[in-house]
Amino acid sequence: MPEGILCNKRPINTKEELQALLADKSGKQYYEEMNHLEVDAKGLWSIIEKSFKSRLRTWLEICAHCGMCADSCFYYLANNRDPKQVPSYKIQSTLGELIKRRGKVDNAFMQMCMDTAYSKCTCCNRCGTYCPFGIDTGIMFSYLRGLLFSQGFTPWEMKIGSGMHRVYRAQMDITTEDWVDTCEWMAEEYEDDYPGLEIPVDKENADIIYTVNAREPKHYPEDLAEAAILFHLAGENWTVPSEGWEETSLAMFAGDWEGCKLQVESVYAAMDRLKPKRMVVTECGHAYRATVLEGPYWAGIKTGRTPIESYHYVEWVAEALESGKLKLDPAKKIKEPVTYQDSCNYIRNAGLRDHARVIMSHIAEDFREMTPCKEHNFCCGGGGGLNGIGRYREQRNVGLKVKRDQILATGAKLVIAPCHNCWDAIRDLEEVFKIGIRWSFLKPVLLNMVIVPDHLKPAEE
Amino acid sequence: MYELVTGPMAWLAFSVFFIGLIVRTVMYIRGLDWKLDRVAYSEDLALGIRGAIRSIGFWLLPFGTRGWRFYKGLTLLVFIFHIGLLGVPIFLKAHNIILQERWGFSLWTISETAADVLTIAVVVSGLFLLLRRIALPEVRIMTSAADYLLLGMVIIPFITGFLAHHQVTDYQFWLIVHILSSEILLILIPFTKLSHVVLFFLARAQLGMDFGIKRGGMKNKGFAW
Repeated sequence: MPEGILCNKRPINTKEELQALLADKSGKQYYEEMNHLEVDAKGLWSIIEKSFKSRLRTWLEICAHCGMCADSCFYYLANNRDPKQVPSYKIQSTLGELIKRRGKVDNAFMQMCMDTAYSKCTCCNRCGTYCPFGIDTGIMFSYLRGLLFSQGFTPWEMKIGSGMHRVYRAQMDITTEDWVDTCEWMAEEYEDDYPGLEIPVDKENADIIYTVNAREPKHYPEDLAEAAILFHLAGENWTVPSEGWEETSLAMFAGDWEGCKLQVESVYAAMDRLKPKRMVVTECGHAYRATVLEGPYWAGIKTGRTPIESYHYVEWVAEALESGKLKLDPAKKIKEPVTYQDSCNYIRNAGLRDHARVIMSHIAEDFREMTPCKEHNFCCGGGGGLNGIGRYREQRNVGLKVKRDQILATGAKLVIAPCHNCWDAIRDLEEVFKIGIRWSFLKPVLLNMVIVPDHLKPAEE
Repeated sequence: MYELVTGPMAWLAFSVFFIGLIVRTVMYIRGLDWKLDRVAYSEDLALGIRGAIRSIGFWLLPFGTRGWRFYKGLTLLVFIFHIGLLGVPIFLKAHNIILQERWGFSLWTISETAADVLTIAVVVSGLFLLLRRIALPEVRIMTSAADYLLLGMVIIPFITGFLAHHQVTDYQFWLIVHILSSEILLILIPFTKLSHVVLFFLARAQLGMDFGIKRGGMKNKGFAW
């Protein structure tokens, strides 16, 4: 069975394999090899037989082909109402066809499925809430991504991402040492301004265990410092684990379910080891979805809950502001019109819309909702891993139009986006369309207006 | 012929219909898997039931959900179509007289005028649904021959029943066609997308449980998923 050196059915499990893949710039050789990758129809069908049960089967079968999902999809709207972008059509022509043919499909079909599953669906699950039968196409596309991954048909960056999780238990090549060093560095960097500031690593029995997105230590270490300062000012007894600190899951975007399990188990192990009271997750949508909502199931935890209670960052901020743990200077409230990007993963798919509104009422004088908003908000355009896939950059950029128009309609020039993917997508849409907006996570905004209690101020010289 | 379609054929059709739907229900529930679906169905039953009821309830209500409100015209068509589709055969006087004669019980009935109006409503809304399939590109692209055929099969018993009742031409002929087409329809239901007669409730309940237990129902009041 022809398998490529880089593009094959085996997941990445070693640093060497990872290096080889990374050295293949833009996945040129990888995608070339993909053109010759053979489909193991028998293996594919055997996975389907084991995992394609009544929920998915029924969704495909009872679909009335009514088209009520059409307008729910931002890709359909962004692509001038192209009927080929109707969610039902997209899934019936890929997964539906795969089932009909009992897995007997060829290379071209698998590549078409991959292109559809990644460049025409971000798994935002919006269509699922617009279908009279409750058919959630996003879930089906996620399932399809899993089938594709098992056959080696996964975008180059997703294969790398899944490998990173398997090798480093993080989406990037950050070792335990790198991570702990970054924590120490950031604490030192800011302790002059905030005496007593610490980033406690592996402290047992803390009230909060804080976990992050690997991009933070790798590219935006200030984010970690900001989180530490806000915990410090709020008087929280908190810690970060030396291992199991990564919340994200490119493995989830890749459909590498085994990789997903390995990743979340590292976080749950940290919970067991350090026995904190609860976990707070950084400002990331898919990370929360992966580790808090889906993770327990990957790890086989019957209750469907993480070993300790887990909270998204917006939940902690809303609580800290409401309880007065964090006090903001009313004079520093944002005066200009400001809008909020509802992340699909923690608003529509986790019910945290009210927490976001509580925060906005504390920090903004002229908060403007997008239309639609809350659970019905459109995906930023960069969800489902799409921000990171070069092959589909053009399709991603077309999809950004819907968010662009939503933001423009609010009249706001500042967008609060407490989600890494949303934040990236909005940054990119400014780069592509130049509409003159700014965007921000919550932490820098809060830090700008928080009142430092007297006893935590640096001593006057 | 009349004896055949009202005797053995009727038994066959109703048996396939009821047994078929029971089997589909049982198979659906048995095929649910907490680990594969990633929903802790039995661990969080109370939240799940709340989510399921919410999900079914709002979607049964005309304009009860954002989806229904978004497509106002279609929503009207769909509800009129389904009200007639279920209301006429179940509450028709003539059907209940047969029920009384054969099984010794009957349900309450609607007036003949109401039945006529609802029958015409089914046919007209059915035709509009058909036209919609042809006219709108986003619906046409997914429409297969089976979709047209099934829609036709659903409407035929109403047209033939109407013709027989009003004795427009040959009563006996239209009556037999009416009974036969209805029986074929009953047999088709469990094997086609028409199985949504029961699977609508089950699929909605499943998604309601998914959102109720895992995707937000535990953190806020929830919306009509």
